[in-house]
Amino acid sequence: MAGPARRTSGAAFETLSLRGVTRVYGRNPPALYDFDLELGRGDFVALLGPSGCGKSTALACIAGLQLLTRGSIWRDGERIDTKPAEKRGFGMVFQNYALFPHLSVRRNVEFGLAMRKVARGQRQERALAALRTVQLEEHASKLPSQLSGGQQQRVAIARALAIEPEVVLMDEPLSNLDAALRIELRTEIKRIYQERGLTVLYVTHDQEEALALATRLVVLRKGRIEQIGTPQEVYTNPSSAYVAGFMGYRNLFPASYREPGQGREARVSAFGATVTGTVISDGRLEDGAGVTVAIRPEDLILGTGAGPNAIEAVAEVVEYHGRELSVQARTATDNVLHLKTTEPVAAGSLVTLTARPDRVLVYRSGLNRGELDVEAGAS
Amino acid sequence: MTEPPAPERIPRQPLRHRLAERGVDYSLLLLVPAVVVIAGLFLYPFLYGISISVQPQSGGGAFANYTNFFTDPYQAGAIVKTLRLALPVALVSVGLAAPLAYRCRRDFRGRKLVTLVVMLPITFGSILIAQGMPRVFSPYGWVNLLFKAVGLPQVNLLYNYWGTFIAAVLTALPLVFLLLMGIFGGIDRSLEHAAATLGAGRAARFWRIILPLAAPGLLTTFMLACVEAFAIFPSAILVGQPDNQTHVLTIPIYQAASQNSDYTQASAIAVVLTVIELLILGLAVLVRGRLFRGPATGGKG
Amino acid sequence: MATTTLAPTSAPAARAPGFSRPTVTAVLTWTVAGLFAAVLLAVLISVIVTALSTSWGGTWLPSGYTLSWFRHAWDTPGLANSIAVTFEVAIADVAIALLVGVPAGYVVARKKFPGRNAIMLFALLPVILPPLTYAVQLAALMYRLGIGGTLLSVVLVNLVPILPLVILITVPFVEQISPDVEQAAKVFGADNLRLFTRVLVPLLTPGIVAAGVLSLVRVLGSFELTFFVSGATTQTLVVTIFGALSDPGGPPAALTAAMTVFYMAIALLGLVISLRFANPAHTLAQPARRTL
Repeated sequence: MAGPARRTSGAAFETLSLRGVTRVYGRNPPALYDFDLELGRGDFVALLGPSGCGKSTALACIAGLQLLTRGSIWRDGERIDTKPAEKRGFGMVFQNYALFPHLSVRRNVEFGLAMRKVARGQRQERALAALRTVQLEEHASKLPSQLSGGQQQRVAIARALAIEPEVVLMDEPLSNLDAALRIELRTEIKRIYQERGLTVLYVTHDQEEALALATRLVVLRKGRIEQIGTPQEVYTNPSSAYVAGFMGYRNLFPASYREPGQGREARVSAFGATVTGTVISDGRLEDGAGVTVAIRPEDLILGTGAGPNAIEAVAEVVEYHGRELSVQARTATDNVLHLKTTEPVAAGSLVTLTARPDRVLVYRSGLNRGELDVEAGAS
Repeated sequence: MTEPPAPERIPRQPLRHRLAERGVDYSLLLLVPAVVVIAGLFLYPFLYGISISVQPQSGGGAFANYTNFFTDPYQAGAIVKTLRLALPVALVSVGLAAPLAYRCRRDFRGRKLVTLVVMLPITFGSILIAQGMPRVFSPYGWVNLLFKAVGLPQVNLLYNYWGTFIAAVLTALPLVFLLLMGIFGGIDRSLEHAAATLGAGRAARFWRIILPLAAPGLLTTFMLACVEAFAIFPSAILVGQPDNQTHVLTIPIYQAASQNSDYTQASAIAVVLTVIELLILGLAVLVRGRLFRGPATGGKG
Repeated sequence: MATTTLAPTSAPAARAPGFSRPTVTAVLTWTVAGLFAAVLLAVLISVIVTALSTSWGGTWLPSGYTLSWFRHAWDTPGLANSIAVTFEVAIADVAIALLVGVPAGYVVARKKFPGRNAIMLFALLPVILPPLTYAVQLAALMYRLGIGGTLLSVVLVNLVPILPLVILITVPFVEQISPDVEQAAKVFGADNLRLFTRVLVPLLTPGIVAAGVLSLVRVLGSFELTFFVSGATTQTLVVTIFGALSDPGGPPAALTAAMTVFYMAIALLGLVISLRFANPAHTLAQPARRTL
């Protein structure tokens, strides 16, 4: 049954709510399952996950490009999942720009306004204002094909801004751009978001992008929410090994639980040694239970022997990253460790690594192989 | 502020959603006119033709039209005569067009001109070809004038098998050429480049890369040329010998319908023609399925 | 995908660096091609020369030239009528085929639905099967319905190969349009009608023109279908020309040739226009390659 449809006209938009949104394709496991999300005015929420996690499905469901198998979507008191895409009034930015190739840049930006029957003069004015925001005013009369990829995506952003939507949906808008441009446009999006007080729902597989932009992060795994939180929360305290792996905890390895320590600390066996870490998962862990240990490369410290959790390893590959070195080291038990350091390390040299127990995270359950593989373009 | 209600549990989606899931929605209505036209003007006439073919106008049993056709050696012999014409026409067309199409598979200066020349016979049709052929191939035509001038013996290439053969090749070859140009052109160029970097010369690249990739397309094209040549009609009358050497399958259809106004007999022979055509097409699909697996042209397409 | 609006012609190929020595096969190929072109052009030119000749015996060229056959042909009862019929049929058929075929091609290209393959097959069959496999039955049906010999029946029978052709040509053009562009149009507020008029039709224009002109050329040259169903006053040009050619006691060759030159002029115009908009090698080869 539909709830009380009390869309008070004129009142500013307050929240967009997704309730139990489920999407099943054929006989496959659900692409999105029981997805609940509340998006308030001024939020910048990033849906994060590898390809196939359901993040793009969620966006398509909100935009009206996919039917819901179950659940509902509400804008304040008004149910909108029963409306067609053209009646929902969102602005959207697509991964491959999706500009109308036959229309000039200005006419592209005007398109949404024309559909809303905005008078011609006002239409032009608003389109040019939107183009000014993305600094493309002087290209207004060009065709999209005459612009570079980055410029085309700016046009797409201007097109979404021009209709002054309550929510802007962004579907991996930066993933088709090269690295330098990606960072530039990322900053641009953040600036526009702050200046215009937008509400944004942003889909990406790039954790760095999500951390840089979002006020709230939603990590998805196989169609379900794995963790919701601020970027800081998710980054420093990933709720599962899966999230940890996604947040750049490159050192993930199986271990077995030995005994509890002070507070949440515990000792586990890993690569032939005993390591002290912090248990994240709730509930009691049995002796000898299989756990997953997660350590960020930045948290492995190159030491001289003494220190917590000292591990000896041989530096195998040393990459120079400018400010720091990225080192791949191998322990005597044949485990591979990744670390970052500003100290000089020679390939082939024996190193001792230490890690603070609060930065060694211990999770109850593990990961499936290849689950974190990110495939750009697919989602 | 209104709180949205808790998520409701709907065990099944409405029928409309479930159908949309399988691609059934209102947009399919756009197909209706086309389906009506094809069903009403193509499929139904076939069935109608079969039904009238078993109601012979001249009496006899239901299959009288068919027995008439197959027991008359002159009429039934048309099948063999058609085969004797269609197979060589298709072979020669593909044989002549393939090397040319291979060379023309990339853009080059003059491509438009070549395309224009090749499109001429397709556009003008076989009637126009048949009309112009006497002046070129008759005993007093340009070819024989040329042969006489250089001291070659006279040739008789008109109003016999060869007249229809030439007319058929003139109309079939351009179509074959266009199809093959698309097929060769659809082979990803980087495959050739890759082979070249691995040390394959021009001949090796052709025989080991291009030909295997183009083979399914070549076969399809050959079969299509066969199908076209099998139903050759105006040129069999205008530049052939319709009562003897070029008494192809379409002639008895024409005679039954236009001269005897016996549409039941004409339909019966047309059904025979259609069955043979479908057999050729079926054979092509079968052979392709047996011989070739994987993408036909590799790369784009 | 910067050039989605362009017709699916082949990508411009880089010129091979330098010319190598012509091989034996190359010489052979080009000789055959030259011979073919020579015969073909000779056949076509001979018709034009015949139309201009006073009389032409067994010599290289006619003994005299005149333009009077054209006037004569124009005055021949039936010819002007045939030209009118040809145009009426062509315009009606192309218009109907585009109107019906382009939306159908759009759906076939975009949707996966039960029965899609069957529709593709039945769209391909009338294009592949020669008209004589169904022309007689269709004519019999038209006479049975009481419209045999009328202009309507000529229009209807010629629709059979044209409509599927339009569908098959439309499909690759639709596939070139990114579905995202359509989704963007919807998200930004376009309903189905405006999606069609503001986005799809402008983007499909090259495909629509290609389909229209190629089917126009095909209707103009369509002989068998019209031949069996047309009456005395509903003959198209090719049928009139065939009648004149196949009748031993018919009009003089030069007069028929003059009629044919009219037809050639019309068809050539269509051909030149079509080559401006589409590359027939791709337009024709693609559907055959993908469906068979």
